[in-house]
Amino acid sequence: MNLHFLANPTRFQRWAGAILPWVATLAALTLGLGLWLGLFVAPPDYQQGDTVRIMFVHVPSAWMGLFVYTGMASASAVALIWKHPLADVAAKASAPIGACFTFLALVTGSLWGKPMWGAWWVWDARLTSMLVLLFLYLGYMALWDAVEDPARAGKAAAILCLVGAVDIPVIKFSVDWWNTLHQPASVVRLGGPTIHASILVPLLTMIVGFTLYYLTVLIVRMRAELAARRVQALRQARVASRESTLAPEAG
Amino acid sequence: MERIVTFLEMGGHAAYVWPALILTALVLTLLAVHSLRQLGAREAELATLERERPRRRRGQGGSGDDA
Repeated sequence: MNLHFLANPTRFQRWAGAILPWVATLAALTLGLGLWLGLFVAPPDYQQGDTVRIMFVHVPSAWMGLFVYTGMASASAVALIWKHPLADVAAKASAPIGACFTFLALVTGSLWGKPMWGAWWVWDARLTSMLVLLFLYLGYMALWDAVEDPARAGKAAAILCLVGAVDIPVIKFSVDWWNTLHQPASVVRLGGPTIHASILVPLLTMIVGFTLYYLTVLIVRMRAELAARRVQALRQARVASRESTLAPEAG
Repeated sequence: MERIVTFLEMGGHAAYVWPALILTALVLTLLAVHSLRQLGAREAELATLERERPRRRRGQGGSGDDA
């Protein structure tokens, strides 16, 4: 058995088990606070009325969709270059979380677009590039499932992830490069945010909450993936020892 | 009571605001529950396999030769 492979993951398991309850509690508290601020404290927008409350889940979902993919691309690079044993585990565990965030960004955006733009969907640059991101996530997950050997699957998926990373700046700058229906950046921009504090504070709270939620689920999924790999290694070792000794199975 | 109704009406946009919030809560909850159950199932499987292993105790990373 490859002890080098187990060294880091073993340490990770111990460390992750210790911080998980804290991160999970903090995530729940922050999301609760953000929801309360967003629903009861933030005023309705002077133009968009109460539909602006959709923003408190739409913007964090969209940001996390981009953030998680950027993290996966970085982890994929680390996995390909340095072969760090946890990097492709982290990338693989992140994908379904990022896919859920991206899906939520698209659907909540649609629910916001209908009353404000009069359309559920338009094929403009921001929306289309975001849809491409969802397909990248799904393709990445499908590739992991399609190849049996984790080492080969990891390599192929990492390359796909890095190639797909070109979509991230396209999404970010789509509102500047093309004429889109989607509003331009109003939080992360040169010259500071253009949103009033009464709406910015709940939004930032939700973003912190979404990030903590991501960390919580990431730890859970990484532990599950490590357990699955250990199960596979033990199964293979058992088959190998049975073949070599030809001894009857004890039970 | 009237305040609650006004709040739920969301200025006439209840049909868009509530589905967005409820769907987000639902998807994030389901993902968390699914991930936890998957972890539980795999750790149980791992525990069974390790119990069935007659030789070799679980080495506590004793080799210490990681780079």
